[in-house]
Amino acid sequence: MTTTTPVSPRALLWARRRQSLARSWAAYRSQRTGMIGLVLLGTIVILAVCAPILIDESALSVTQATGGRMAPPSAEYPLGTDEVGRSVLALTLWGARLSLIIGLTATLVAILIGTTVGVTSGHLGGWYGWIALRVSDWFMVLPSLVVAIALLAVLGRSMSTTILVIAMVSWSGTTRLVRAQTLTVQSRPYLERARALGAGHWHQMTKHILPNVLPLVLASATLLVPSAILMESSLAWLGLGDPSVVSWGSILNRASSNGAVSAHAWWYLLPPGLAILLVVLAFMMCGRALEAVFNPRLRGEQG
Amino acid sequence: MTDSSSPVDGASIEAPSAGRPGGRVSSGFGRYLLKHVGGAAVSLLLVLFSSFFIFRLIAGDPIDQLTKERPVSPEQRAAMRAELGLDQPLWQQFIDYITGTLTMDLGESFQYRRPIFDLIVERLPATLLLSGTGMVLAVLLGFWIGTRSGWKQGSRYDKGHVATGLLLYSAPTFWLGMIVILVFARYMGLFPVNGMRSPSTPPDFWSQSVDIGYHLVLPVLTYTAVVYAGYLMIMRSSILDEIGSDYLTTARAKGLRDDEVRDKHAVPNALLPTVTLVFLALGSVVNGSIVTEAVFSWPGLGRLFVQSIFYPDRPVLQALFVLFSSSTILAVLCAEILYWFIDPRIRRS
Repeated sequence: MTTTTPVSPRALLWARRRQSLARSWAAYRSQRTGMIGLVLLGTIVILAVCAPILIDESALSVTQATGGRMAPPSAEYPLGTDEVGRSVLALTLWGARLSLIIGLTATLVAILIGTTVGVTSGHLGGWYGWIALRVSDWFMVLPSLVVAIALLAVLGRSMSTTILVIAMVSWSGTTRLVRAQTLTVQSRPYLERARALGAGHWHQMTKHILPNVLPLVLASATLLVPSAILMESSLAWLGLGDPSVVSWGSILNRASSNGAVSAHAWWYLLPPGLAILLVVLAFMMCGRALEAVFNPRLRGEQG
Repeated sequence: MTDSSSPVDGASIEAPSAGRPGGRVSSGFGRYLLKHVGGAAVSLLLVLFSSFFIFRLIAGDPIDQLTKERPVSPEQRAAMRAELGLDQPLWQQFIDYITGTLTMDLGESFQYRRPIFDLIVERLPATLLLSGTGMVLAVLLGFWIGTRSGWKQGSRYDKGHVATGLLLYSAPTFWLGMIVILVFARYMGLFPVNGMRSPSTPPDFWSQSVDIGYHLVLPVLTYTAVVYAGYLMIMRSSILDEIGSDYLTTARAKGLRDDEVRDKHAVPNALLPTVTLVFLALGSVVNGSIVTEAVFSWPGLGRLFVQSIFYPDRPVLQALFVLFSSSTILAVLCAEILYWFIDPRIRRS
């Protein structure tokens, strides 16, 4: 802290937070892969957000399609057309929105559940902690795709069930991470001090444990998004996605059920698949860089 | 190794055995075994509960789905309900379900009109062949590259392999499969497009084996490509944990060659923590084989599972859900038991 005139505790807190944020950012910036991932991710997000400006939504309509059936790339359709004559470029661009939204929302829900269960089970312990640990271990071991398919098969297909199901199969990793970190923080003297001063569970958890756990949560969230996107695409490819929306997985589902492979329609298969690959890769690069920033054990290892 | 945490852990389950006289095992193995077997048993029970919950309670009445094409009289409906045991009270259904599952009486498939047990027995070898071959290859490849990658951290070899691994890891399995089919089967015509055997192959053992091996190449290639990166990263970070250790300096000081230090000293120690991770990854093995079987129309359990989604063949879905889930739970139990024998540290704690 620099020499300043007396400031309110709040201002001091914010100054400290800004400082540590700046430090983390500097540590992040020094990692080349992380920066490449960030730029890649930024580009994809901008393209997804701008999709309605770049290409009109009518390009997704089956009835207004103008191209030929599975026509190869041409000047008018730079990435060719699908089986009803829609531009694959338009589909891929619009598909980005859905894949990203589902991936991000599912991760958010998973992180919320995971952090809540992790902090409370680590902090409160006892029977509740034991049961929470057992249940999250159980979810961790189960094959996620099997559980997701089973749930979607009985719950029916819609965007919200997809999000919910993906969240349900991915919260347990975060819980375990957060719980371990909570147990570490728990034994630190400042928590003892807080308890001695009469801090309740809620105060301890939100003011002392949570801020210490959040950086790790952020890193693990960044690594959860790619697996959520992959999961969504697998489910959609199997035909379990929301039938009324276009995501990368559902484009590939249509491609394979309409014989794009036997028609040698590489232009139909490559763009959505490469898009998934790039997004997943970008998130993984960012996530690994963040992990190296927040997990001192990995520091020095530059991926 | 997973629960380093709570003192309450399993205490209530262990108590009787610890107090039982005549327990010869003084090393604590009995205690350890009982704790983990008990945990696995609870997990398995949870699987049964949840499958009943998902497929009987959330899913609603299967009669509607069974009869959607033809009109049925209320009497017929009642007869069908009685046949499936749906007229019983819920707790009776649950008990019937549990005893049925435990005695391998899994009911009858809606789509094949055959006992599910037979269907599973029929398709199990194909799944074991594909995922077994793929997993062994992925583990060997991942460990081989991971060891060398971690040993020479930051080298071009390391960077190149980590990048390749991450790239393949990021590819969706089903998409990679479609591309592999497009390139190697459609364009080059090197391998069959899908399935496990050609109808024209002579029935003798050798021709059949060669034919199956020929069909196996592309699915295994896809499967291994997606999965090996995970093992590579596990082994790499495990080697990195060992790399600064004193015993390696000692080994070098003895004048051992670099690759001897790596293979005889670093690798055995680095392998230890990876054992559990390999078993824990069985969930992803199941995930991978479901998708791979679906892409390549490989006649295994994963494909059966996917085919049953849209029929919808609920008894099959339910049986496979239980089978897949319990096999991962049992694999983790095996890993925990194995760990006792290979890691002496756990015996002391």
